[in-house]
Amino acid sequence: MVVTTGWYLALGAALFSMGAVGLLVRRNPLVMFMCVELMLNAVNLTFVSLGAELGDLGGQLSVFFVLVVAAAEVVVGLAVIVAIMRRRSGATVDDLSVLGG
Amino acid sequence: MVDLIWLVPALPLAGFIVLIFAGRRIGEPGAGWLATGVMGGSFLATLGVFIDMAGRSTHDRRAVVTLFEWIPAGDLSVDIGFLVDPLSITMCLFITGVGALIHLYSVGYMHGDDGFARFFAYLNLFMFAMLMLVLGDSLLLTFLGWEGVGACSYLLISFWFTEPANATAGKKAFVTNRIGDWGFMVAMFATFFTFGSLNYVDVLDASTAGTVAQGTATLIAVMLLVGAVGKSAQFPLYLWLPDAMAGPTPVSALIHAATMVTSGVYLLTRMNPLIADSAGWVPDMVAWLGVGTALFAATIAMAQTDIKKVLAYSTVSQLGYMFLAVGSGAYVAAVFHMVTHAFFKALLFLGSGSVIHGMDGDQDMRHYGGLRRFMPVTTGTFVVGWLAIAGVPPFSGFWSKDEILTFAWNKSPVLWALGLLTAVLTAFYMTRLIALTFAGESRYAEQRTGEEDAEAATRRADHTPHESPRTMTAPLVVLAVLAVVAGFVQLPFSSSTRWLEHWLEPSLYANEVHLGTGGATQVLLAAIAVVGGLVGIGVAVAVYVKGRIAREPFEQPIFADAWRIDRSVAAFMGGPGRRGFEATNRFDGQVVDGAVYGVAGLVRRLAGVLRMFHNGMVRTYATGIGLGAVALLAWFLTRSTL
Amino acid sequence: MEVAVFTLGAVIVLSGGLGVLLARNPVHAALFLVQTLFGVAVLFVLLEATFLAAVQVMVYAGAIVILFLFVIMLLGVDRADDLGIEPIAGQRPMAAVVGVSLAGLLATVLLVAVDGLTGARGGTPLGDAGDNTRRLGEALFTDMVFAVELTAILLTVAVVGAVALARRLSGPMQPLPVVAIAESDDQPTEADDEPAGATGEDS
Repeated sequence: MVVTTGWYLALGAALFSMGAVGLLVRRNPLVMFMCVELMLNAVNLTFVSLGAELGDLGGQLSVFFVLVVAAAEVVVGLAVIVAIMRRRSGATVDDLSVLGG
Repeated sequence: MVDLIWLVPALPLAGFIVLIFAGRRIGEPGAGWLATGVMGGSFLATLGVFIDMAGRSTHDRRAVVTLFEWIPAGDLSVDIGFLVDPLSITMCLFITGVGALIHLYSVGYMHGDDGFARFFAYLNLFMFAMLMLVLGDSLLLTFLGWEGVGACSYLLISFWFTEPANATAGKKAFVTNRIGDWGFMVAMFATFFTFGSLNYVDVLDASTAGTVAQGTATLIAVMLLVGAVGKSAQFPLYLWLPDAMAGPTPVSALIHAATMVTSGVYLLTRMNPLIADSAGWVPDMVAWLGVGTALFAATIAMAQTDIKKVLAYSTVSQLGYMFLAVGSGAYVAAVFHMVTHAFFKALLFLGSGSVIHGMDGDQDMRHYGGLRRFMPVTTGTFVVGWLAIAGVPPFSGFWSKDEILTFAWNKSPVLWALGLLTAVLTAFYMTRLIALTFAGESRYAEQRTGEEDAEAATRRADHTPHESPRTMTAPLVVLAVLAVVAGFVQLPFSSSTRWLEHWLEPSLYANEVHLGTGGATQVLLAAIAVVGGLVGIGVAVAVYVKGRIAREPFEQPIFADAWRIDRSVAAFMGGPGRRGFEATNRFDGQVVDGAVYGVAGLVRRLAGVLRMFHNGMVRTYATGIGLGAVALLAWFLTRSTL
Repeated sequence: MEVAVFTLGAVIVLSGGLGVLLARNPVHAALFLVQTLFGVAVLFVLLEATFLAAVQVMVYAGAIVILFLFVIMLLGVDRADDLGIEPIAGQRPMAAVVGVSLAGLLATVLLVAVDGLTGARGGTPLGDAGDNTRRLGEALFTDMVFAVELTAILLTVAVVGAVALARRLSGPMQPLPVVAIAESDDQPTEADDEPAGATGEDS
């Protein structure tokens, strides 16, 4: 049995789906953020495996940038969460419905 | 010279613009002289064009002078252009001529009035609209003028609008005219639909060539008749004309005697090929409507006590004669009577204005009497007008009325008989007017019925009516001269004396009916008409001057009340009419508006449903994104080949 | 051999993911995240992307998750979620639909694809595992140097943004006293926290 690209892709798909479900189900903002990280990692895995298949360094370069952007995103996202959530502990995402119509 | 035709309407328009902005500053009497001068210039321009036209041969007497294209809208192209042909020039001549005289008269009549400049501004605007009406080269330009004269009529009738009755009279005139305008508009739509153009040249040439179906021509002709009935105050749309006497007397003279009310006759005469193309009952309808209105109005005039109301109903009656002429195919006679009527009716109205001016605003003839002593010029010119309208030869009214009656006989003896009866009544009520106003002794200082103050009569005894100033009497004299000589343009003796008929030939497309009666019959008819007129005069003299016959049988209350038509219209409109209008209003509010609001309500409910997706919760939005991504992925999967 | 490593890595990844999903306590969820990240790093090594594996561990697991933990500790959002109730109606079924559809569709893509990868081959050639860092460095700082500079700007902007967002708005920013760090240990919501990972200095 050889490990083909398809296995990696399938794993990435499963991880991505898990991340998506987690994002929809969890209410704690930080845990939701972690699920986003899961999805990003699944994508990274897909990039690298396809880059390996095609013999192109571009896959890994893409991952590099995804990593940087994810880092920046986490920085800003956590700042936002701090700004919002510091008022009350035990707040969940569901309490932020001010923009509702 | 023909190219200068644009001066004819442009001068009054310029006068209006100047007066509307600077009139108050120019003030009295400068504004009046300006307006009169402008009209004088317009008359001279018309005269120049007339001389040019008269010098040409008969075939050459039609010219279209286009200024610029006004409405270029696809298939519809309307220019500001003038159709210069004998009919329009004839109309312009007496419109500008009589108009200038009335402007001059108004300088004296409106002396001291607050709205002096405003009056002349409106008068000039009216002249502009009227000239556009007759000079326009398309139905749309005529309609422009048509509406313009209607609006000016409203403005001028309710000139002293601080009095509610005057404002109401103006509104009544406007609304009644509007009903006629609807007919005109439908006719315009039908014309455009049939001919693809609104130009007279296109329409009339096509109609003469015989390319129009009878049904279409009938529709257009009938709708034009509706418009004409409204503007020319025929039954049933005559109700506004007596009320329009609330305006200043020069207005009554100009608009409601000489010019605006002739627009209907002009329109029918202009569109004579279409009337010729329409079904046979259309001219019959016109003739019977005309003679019926003439008789009807004459009976009412017999019992009126307000001098202007008598003249108003007299106008309705004479217009009926013109319609009778049109219906009998005698377009020349209609135009002829239009011209002579303009002269003698304007003369009569201006004369009555002079009387009212001398009596300090009193219009009730029961308070007049013996005025010949105080107002000689007015009396003299008024007598000329009276003889003209009564149809006494050789005054102009005799020639024109006789021509109409001859053609009426040609069409149907019954029409002739009714026309003759109307002529007798006309002579009667006009003589009555003269007798009550100028003859006999002054009744001004008598006690009036219903007057409680016993001293008022003696107070009035010192009053002396005065003759009017030169600016008012001069036009009277000119009009009197015209009322005498105008008849000579169409003498029925031989072909060479029928000058008007030859002149108008290019405009009539050979639709003028030929008389089937011989010369002897014509002389006999004329003689009977003269005798009838003299009988009317004689009876009136016996009743009102000599006092030998009682006056009550002639002054029936039903005549005085105008056959209670006004009353019934008011009752209908107030009662069932109003209920109908309110029902329509409710329909509009509930069904029409309801549909609109219903759509809005539907949108709101839909929005309410969609609002539920916007609950502000992050996770709901994330679900939406997730579902969207799934859908996109599925779509790409199904459409692309893997 | 490769299969075994792959299976191990896969198990680590998937179980970590499940842990993130199901852990009640956020601190536990963060730790499970570390597990997943580590598993992904293993798989990177298997794919001969050694530099990325190292960076993954250092940046993701080492920095980002630490940030998460900082915030959890400082804000006190470590109260456990009650996963039993779901306030939004229909959210769980929707989530199930989304998850299953995503997985299913992606699996379908993998199964249905007949021709295999049809992308262009070539581009920057991959080296072997040892050469990876050098090749990445070369590519980044020659062909992609603009992109790298832009990411530098992005990071700077992110830092500035985080500072602006997370400061308290009442009054000017107070300078951090020298001894303040030791004294403020017991007060988790101090005005001058900068959980954005910037250097300790503030303006």
